[in-house]
Amino acid sequence: MTGRSAEAPSAEASERSSDPRLLLRLTVNGAEIEREVSPRLLLSDFLRHELGLTGTHVGCEQGVCGCCTVMIDGRAARSCLALAVQADGATIRTIEDVASADGTLHPIQQAFQECHGLQCGFCTPGFIMGVLSHFEEARMPDLSEDGIREMLSGNLCRCTGYQHIVAAVRRAARLMNLDGPEKG
Amino acid sequence: MKPPLFDYLAPVSVEEAIAARARYQSSALLAGGQSLIPALNFRISHPEAVIDLKGIESLRGVELQGSEIVIGAMARHREVELDEAIFKANPLIRETLGHVAHIVIRNRGTVVGSLAHGDAAAEMPALFLATGGSVTARGPGGSREIAAGELYRFHLTTSLEPDELVTEARIPALPARTGWSFQEFARRRGDYALAGVCALITLEASGACQGARLSACGIASTPVRLVKAEEVLTGTSLETETVNEAGRAACAHVTAPDDNQTTSAFRKQLVQTLVTRTITRALARARARL
Amino acid sequence: MSTQRFGERVPRLNDAKLLRGQGCYVDDVPLPGAYHAVFLRSPFARARILSIDASAAREHPSVAAVYTCDDLGPLDQPLPMLSPHPAIIAARTQRPLARDEVFHVGQTVAMVIAVDRYTAEDALRLIDADYEPLPVTVDLASAAAPGAHPVHPDLTDNIVGHFAQRSGDPDGAFAKAEHVTSLRVRMDRSTAAPIETRAIAARWEAATGELTVWDTTQAPISIRDGLASILGLEENKLRVIAPDVGGGFGQKVMLFYPEEILVPWAAMRLARPVKYVEDRTENFIGSSQERTQIHEIQLAATKDGTVIGLKDSFLHDSGAFAPYGIEVPRVSASAIAGPYRIPNVDVEFKAIYTPTVPVTPFRGSGRPHACFALERAMDQLADELGLDRFELRRRNLIGPDEFPYVREGLKYVDDGTITYDSGQYPKALAMIEEAIDLERFRREKDAAAKEGRYLGLGLAFYMECTGLGPYDGCRIRVHPATGKVSVNTGLASQGQGHETVFAQIAADRLGVPIEDVIVAQGDTAAFDRGGGSHSSRSAVVGGNAVHKAAVRVRAQILETAARLMAVPEESLELADGRVTVKGANRFMTLAEIAIAANPLSSPFDRPAEVVSQYGTAGQELVTVGEGRAPGIEASAYYSPSASPWAYGVHAAIVEVDPDLCSIAFKRYLSVHDCGKMINPTIVEGQMIGGIAQGIGGAFYERLDYDEDGIITNASFMEFLMPYATEVPKIEIMHLETPSPANPLGIKGAGEAGTIAVPAVVASAVEDALKPLGVGRFHHAPLSPNMIFEAITRARAKAGG
Repeated sequence: MTGRSAEAPSAEASERSSDPRLLLRLTVNGAEIEREVSPRLLLSDFLRHELGLTGTHVGCEQGVCGCCTVMIDGRAARSCLALAVQADGATIRTIEDVASADGTLHPIQQAFQECHGLQCGFCTPGFIMGVLSHFEEARMPDLSEDGIREMLSGNLCRCTGYQHIVAAVRRAARLMNLDGPEKG
Repeated sequence: MKPPLFDYLAPVSVEEAIAARARYQSSALLAGGQSLIPALNFRISHPEAVIDLKGIESLRGVELQGSEIVIGAMARHREVELDEAIFKANPLIRETLGHVAHIVIRNRGTVVGSLAHGDAAAEMPALFLATGGSVTARGPGGSREIAAGELYRFHLTTSLEPDELVTEARIPALPARTGWSFQEFARRRGDYALAGVCALITLEASGACQGARLSACGIASTPVRLVKAEEVLTGTSLETETVNEAGRAACAHVTAPDDNQTTSAFRKQLVQTLVTRTITRALARARARL
Repeated sequence: MSTQRFGERVPRLNDAKLLRGQGCYVDDVPLPGAYHAVFLRSPFARARILSIDASAAREHPSVAAVYTCDDLGPLDQPLPMLSPHPAIIAARTQRPLARDEVFHVGQTVAMVIAVDRYTAEDALRLIDADYEPLPVTVDLASAAAPGAHPVHPDLTDNIVGHFAQRSGDPDGAFAKAEHVTSLRVRMDRSTAAPIETRAIAARWEAATGELTVWDTTQAPISIRDGLASILGLEENKLRVIAPDVGGGFGQKVMLFYPEEILVPWAAMRLARPVKYVEDRTENFIGSSQERTQIHEIQLAATKDGTVIGLKDSFLHDSGAFAPYGIEVPRVSASAIAGPYRIPNVDVEFKAIYTPTVPVTPFRGSGRPHACFALERAMDQLADELGLDRFELRRRNLIGPDEFPYVREGLKYVDDGTITYDSGQYPKALAMIEEAIDLERFRREKDAAAKEGRYLGLGLAFYMECTGLGPYDGCRIRVHPATGKVSVNTGLASQGQGHETVFAQIAADRLGVPIEDVIVAQGDTAAFDRGGGSHSSRSAVVGGNAVHKAAVRVRAQILETAARLMAVPEESLELADGRVTVKGANRFMTLAEIAIAANPLSSPFDRPAEVVSQYGTAGQELVTVGEGRAPGIEASAYYSPSASPWAYGVHAAIVEVDPDLCSIAFKRYLSVHDCGKMINPTIVEGQMIGGIAQGIGGAFYERLDYDEDGIITNASFMEFLMPYATEVPKIEIMHLETPSPANPLGIKGAGEAGTIAVPAVVASAVEDALKPLGVGRFHHAPLSPNMIFEAITRARAKAGG
């Protein structure tokens, strides 16, 4: 509680922080990007605030909730547990690149809609990226009730109680013909 | 929750990385980052420099070399988990990895990172102890091998020097006539376990117990070999009562204090239960391999 | 006629943008040049602030300002008391930034504004705050006892308020009782933990004197009204927007959180947008919590199991401040007799200050506690009388012909006498009994027992008074040119699906395709009179307001069309977006009618020419007749005169592993009745989501305060919210008893799911472990360690 004014003497602080910057080159949703970033900038903040890809959400910054899940070089990863600079040279895919360019929903998104697999929608992009990565991994997904719940564990949802998300995963697998020939 | 400022280095060789480490009072090695970055986000860790190992080609990959599985420092959990050759050589690895956090974390996190981090509740250090693996540590003075039994000093504290870097870990393939099991009790799927137990049971051709290697995580200030339980089993014919006695004997290794989730008494019961169940499972598998 | 949409499983209208990642949550609002706020928070539960030296932080080149209470001027005063009540003895609310003393870990002490959050956090560590810690009493029972350290230095004890109410003659009933059962039950502290934390952003336009605030609030209108008053702005210069919001569950309705005032204030001071996004740690220590209560409950019964009296005396933990007064425990007190006749009730409580995060309603709001006390008491009574649990309940449930059922003397929080409006309680019980298939369960339990496995059946009934007033409103307008229908309401959605259900209600009345209904909410520019989304009220109060407005608009459409087409109204039919003359090939679209009803000075397109003053229409059409308004538009407000009571019954079959002391759900069943369902899919989503939160509260989620008042598990790693692997498949059965309390016959459904679960799980675990001689489970949430200790006690008893 000093006599000094609460506000900075110049009335305006600088436009951006004084952190040193490193050159970062990467591919995001098919576009080649080159930016200077602070080494401590999290990949989640880079995507959201530098690139405006705000579909990737941040819920805990500890890797527990899964909201910030994106794909790094083809595999789902927590963007809050990666530095942007770690992604130098990498290929990133976010929720904005899941539906077709004309806006047609991906079968996983369509299934979430059909099965009421979302309420507030905040955790939804993370779930979709996780399921997408799982479906694209070169193995047959385990589509039993337990198998799907195991696939979804690692993403927290506070609204749905998960049941309709489980149904959506089953539905998506059918739409994508991943649920075995006899059922297709 | 945002990281403090640090210097960021991305060396392309082990030598460069070791030289970088020597230049700073405090530095952190970044492999998968699944433990380091949360610690940075919470500002629990504030190193002067973060040294990213991703550019070092020689640290990548996992392979079977004779009777040893050699895991490079940048090999991700999931890569090791899905490798069929590794699964055939030692199926305990996949079984244990299935309990390490969640798939998305395993996509990034590295096996060597987990071993070198030395979390007393983590699964892989326990597996490392039970299998009798070793790591190769490189420092300014050269390389040295550290056996699993020599690595862990305390929770998050190992015998690695601050200027060293683990380049690879070696885990023996499963010996003949050996059964395996990893089981744990966690409040939620993927959480650190309140207790986890790894069991390897090797039988004589006759079916008697030639040797047992048991370890646990989450019950002491380091992962521990459950030597007292092993002693009960070795040389016996593994009757149910012997297995139960091993479970009781293992309780002596529980030294973790009471915490929010667990009293020491409950943890002992967990260990006893898990030891009994893992031995039973490993035994069934060993018998199937006779 | 169009198909009726009310009652249909209409897919949600706003999902696609959320699925594509195109939702717009507060932190997604683009505000170029925005500063970021962070808060210095108290590390102590109670302490005197000796000094705060922020000079080093202020000198940081990327810091715009650091504020303490000394910088706030007229804002430096206690925040409003939201629920005054005569039973409140000592009302204390917090200041935006602490002055002189702090009252809980996490209380805001100073605000740092910097160019980004990273830098702001650096600057936070440059503030040198010196505290003198003070002694604390954290535990609820101890804080209520003589000798406790008072949280507030001007008080001699910790009593917020003392409330008592009674119905009938409870003393007489207990004197006549043939059996009395008594128990003490406890529920622990928890938190809503919405996946999106709280966030506030503000932009001040100095040139126009307009302030825009984006806030994760559940009640944007209240925030607008309050902020206008505090900041001295005209209502029409202040717009509050609750955009897409990532869950709320009660935590996001407060008037105010300190940040909700300070961020807009700073944006005005600095003439730059300011944004604050709470991080997860802050959500644990800075956003309100709920749940701790200790009940001493007694039931007086006759030998045949008729419960003739109930006495409940409980303590409620209010945390360090009581912005909502005694509202949460009053809800508990209103729900204590549940669905049973129990004609004689005596309930009283003391609300107690503790040096912990303030307590405000969290989904269920006081009801899970009351349900836990009553239903655990019913199980105990059944055991003591040797009666089956179902049978005991059956004998006491209020019958379908006993409505309205009045509990004279007992009041809800709106001071209305408790009056159950409708229901089929015995039928609900019969439905769940049949679905469980008790014979099959007993066979499975016996078979499991032979393998050393323990199966148990849990059961609990719940009640919920829904649709709290005072009112909500809606304005409906038919757009000229497009004929689309705007439905603007004052509610705000945190994912419940209001857009869809309100559109269903409007589409039915207005005969338009549901895709043509555009619902606007959560924005004071769209509608700025009404309450907010809480207390399971949005569908009931907002839905009926939409209905009323739509009825008026329908009348306008028909009246205008009749005039325009010169036919009697009775000959018209409204469907498929047009008004048709029955039996004739004549019609007008809603667009044409809307254009005709809004005379223009200049036509904006060809169709509008018809009604412009230069147009071809008759003189009558280009003036607004006396008593009429231009266009097709109406507003309506709905104020509930009676409360609809939702209810239901849950059951679970649980397997307990007595060695690992873990539980596994074999089945979880729920019968619920929320009156007529507008959209069964959305109702199911609410129920299942609520039950999942209840499972968290029954077995996983507990905030651990240590004796210094520090939460030792304030992270998602340690506060155990269930993943998909911890929540079972839930079987939902619907029962629809229309409520006579409102025109649509609906009851609220938002909170119901959470209420019964802790009682169900405790009941199931208790039932499973009976063969081991294990006693009762009267503490929620349960944990493996508690099961371990109960089994250990039972074994020691059996052994000794």
